[in-house]
Amino acid sequence: MRHLAIAAGLLMATQAAAQTPELTVYTYDSLATEWGPGPVIEAEFEKTCGCDVTFVTAGDGAALLSRLRLEGARTEADVVLGLDTALMGAAAESGLFAPSGVTADYSLPIDWTDETFVPFDWGYFAFVGLTDGPQPTSFRALADSDASIVIEDPRSSTPGLGLLLWVKQAYGDEAPAIWEALADNIVTVTPGWSEAYGLFLEGEADLVMSYTTSPAYHLIAEDDATKTALAFDEGNYMQVEVAAALASTDQPELAQQFLQFLTGEAVQSAIPTTNWMYPAVTPAAGLPEGYETLTVPATPLLMPVAEAQAARDAALEEWRAALAQ
Amino acid sequence: MHPTRGETPAAAPLPARRLRTVPAPTHGPGALAGRLAAGAVCLALVLPLAAILWRAATEDQGEPLFRLGPADLAALRFTLWQALLSALISTLLAVPVARALARRRFPGRGFVITLMGAPFLLPVIVAVLALLAVFGRGGLVNEGFTALGLPTLRIYGLHGVVLAHVFFNLPLAVRLILQGWQAIPAERFRLAAQLGLRPSAVFRLLEAPMLRATLPGTALVIFAICLSSFAVALTLGGGPAATTVELAIYQSFQFDFDLTRAATLAVIQLALVAGAALISLRIGRPAGFGSGLDRPVTRWDAGSLPLRLIDGAAIALAAGFLLVPLAVIVLNGIGGLTRLPASLWPATLNSLLVSLAATATTMALALAMALARRTWVETAGLLPLAVSSLVLGTGLFLLVLPLAAPATLALPITVLVNTLMALPFALRILAPVAARIEAEHGRLADHLGLTGLARLRLLTLPRLRPALGFAAGLTAALAMGDLGVIALFADPQQATLPLQMYRLMGAYQMQAAQGAALVLLALSFGLFWIFDRWGRAGAHA
Repeated sequence: MRHLAIAAGLLMATQAAAQTPELTVYTYDSLATEWGPGPVIEAEFEKTCGCDVTFVTAGDGAALLSRLRLEGARTEADVVLGLDTALMGAAAESGLFAPSGVTADYSLPIDWTDETFVPFDWGYFAFVGLTDGPQPTSFRALADSDASIVIEDPRSSTPGLGLLLWVKQAYGDEAPAIWEALADNIVTVTPGWSEAYGLFLEGEADLVMSYTTSPAYHLIAEDDATKTALAFDEGNYMQVEVAAALASTDQPELAQQFLQFLTGEAVQSAIPTTNWMYPAVTPAAGLPEGYETLTVPATPLLMPVAEAQAARDAALEEWRAALAQ
Repeated sequence: MHPTRGETPAAAPLPARRLRTVPAPTHGPGALAGRLAAGAVCLALVLPLAAILWRAATEDQGEPLFRLGPADLAALRFTLWQALLSALISTLLAVPVARALARRRFPGRGFVITLMGAPFLLPVIVAVLALLAVFGRGGLVNEGFTALGLPTLRIYGLHGVVLAHVFFNLPLAVRLILQGWQAIPAERFRLAAQLGLRPSAVFRLLEAPMLRATLPGTALVIFAICLSSFAVALTLGGGPAATTVELAIYQSFQFDFDLTRAATLAVIQLALVAGAALISLRIGRPAGFGSGLDRPVTRWDAGSLPLRLIDGAAIALAAGFLLVPLAVIVLNGIGGLTRLPASLWPATLNSLLVSLAATATTMALALAMALARRTWVETAGLLPLAVSSLVLGTGLFLLVLPLAAPATLALPITVLVNTLMALPFALRILAPVAARIEAEHGRLADHLGLTGLARLRLLTLPRLRPALGFAAGLTAALAMGDLGVIALFADPQQATLPLQMYRLMGAYQMQAAQGAALVLLALSFGLFWIFDRWGRAGAHA
């Protein structure tokens, strides 16, 4: 009997699925977990769209783009959620994405003019440390200090690539010299953010390359006010996370509806305490309590997409050469 | 003339000499199954690589052929160097520990031997954090040094990479070498004692030939594992100087999307391991001690106080080196147990299913290949160690893509990849024992006309049981703890335990992640313990 019931249930579910359109959203792993904004996004969008949202995940933004490129036009993805400004150049070159048609009143510290990629959250990269630890105010001061840092590898992680572009934009041709000066501060380079942050929490380094919003997690979720993020005189590099519709989607209207929905109140109000980033459009109720304590860098830095794409390989080689000695 | 077989083993002449190599069976279902298995393994490795190359060709990336740049050569040098050092040091350090375990009987010995499996089973990040709690900046060792007024030690660098690889692989080396020691029949040691041989003579006549047969294969497996190291090498290596080929492959996929480069590097990795495998299988010819009655060994030659002290120290040091970081994982994990999300349990169930399925397939393949006893079959069985799981995963992904949505096959593919990844270890454990059984009893069995399944059931399997148990335990635990390719395929509802642990870390939930690591450790160790116990329960005649 039980099997029959299960079979009947499956049958009904399949029939129901056949009637409702399905929106397949490719996203990075941590966004779709129960702690990320994924569940809210899915539930809220399904309330109004008369569709079924399915998340398919890849490790991080870079893995997501690789996967879409591997799949090419055959992809089942309708929307990708979780590329970022560092990947946008390569993403645009791939020709896989279609103009979004989305308009919104963004609260980004920069003007957003791109017509394909829709920002849904953003943050500043920053070194995060303890409130009673060393707090240098620039890369030069950091290099001159004894402070130890753990950073991520630009070849395998988003913050690592962010740091690479940060130093490049702030120092241009002097970037190799900065890296050489930083070499003795760097405890180690990890493959990803989790390893670096784990090492920092274990006390392996004074500072870790992360986000200005990292202390918000400790403050809001753990009631721990001992972490702080550093604003640098050169400015802090930004990361804007974006979504886009696939050109090959069979649900273009639904995809556009979804992108527009991302910039709306329901998603934007969930972002600060699920993805621990700033919302792209400030929600009506403002930012959650605790965000007002966060470090706000005076100068936001962000290379234009084409420039970042062009500078990437040379900057990586400078980084490698300076640190590989 | 060869040592006497059968009922009067103690009469075998000393010194024990190498048996002439018994020809492998060239006929019969056993040999065929082994060759088919080896063929299937090769296919499972080559097809994904071919798929990537084919995709690269259709991608139109300009240069059809990839040339290695200076950075790649540097990565290649570092990869080879750290793998070689890790393999040599792990193997050499394992010798005194295995010898001590082989010739001492003490309460808790079984537990120590089982424990020897544990570090090998840990997800990389868990092991690295545990090692740092001991050897890191604020670790126990440095706290001790500081208290004594000594300068602190810095773990990051080549030595840190090697330390971590030794931590991972020493247990495996000890178990593989111990297996070699236990293969020397008790009767040989008895005869040596009757002849009044000194420990040095016992070493020269009995132990050295065994080590010559065992060490190259052991070092090879460890070399091959360390060759595809990535997270350990980078994290503990301290910077881009510690770039390995595996990281270069990762970079090709994720940073450059240069499939040709990824595939080229994968082929180089494969060639390195194949070369090393051929060299080591050539050096490591089997030692022949003749057969015994499989009685427990009494070592009359090792009774002196200095030898007892040396053995005691070897066991204590090795156990301490492995146990302290494990204790850290347990202590850190207990606090996180209350924070575990409910979603951890379906993931745990997935991991258990994957683990048991992979154990079944791995053991079937490894048994068939071990019984075939051919060098190319054995080499084929070692190759999966050399294939980066990212390459394998991406290749399989490309193969599956036209057929089905990859997520629907996430778990079967994870089983497949885990089977391939565990096979080299299982084969390394089974092959020498299978060869010995044939060398010692094969002829008698031939005379008796014992063939096919009856031979397997009456002769081979009972004597292979300890090795089978150990191999199955290792496979189960490896498959339990492997992150492997699941991340490439899984959807949010379809996680395994290690993936769920990484997701917790990625969501700032370090404490819960430590709890998950403890659950993972307990389950992998439990699986390992059950299989290994089953094997060793049948060890004594």
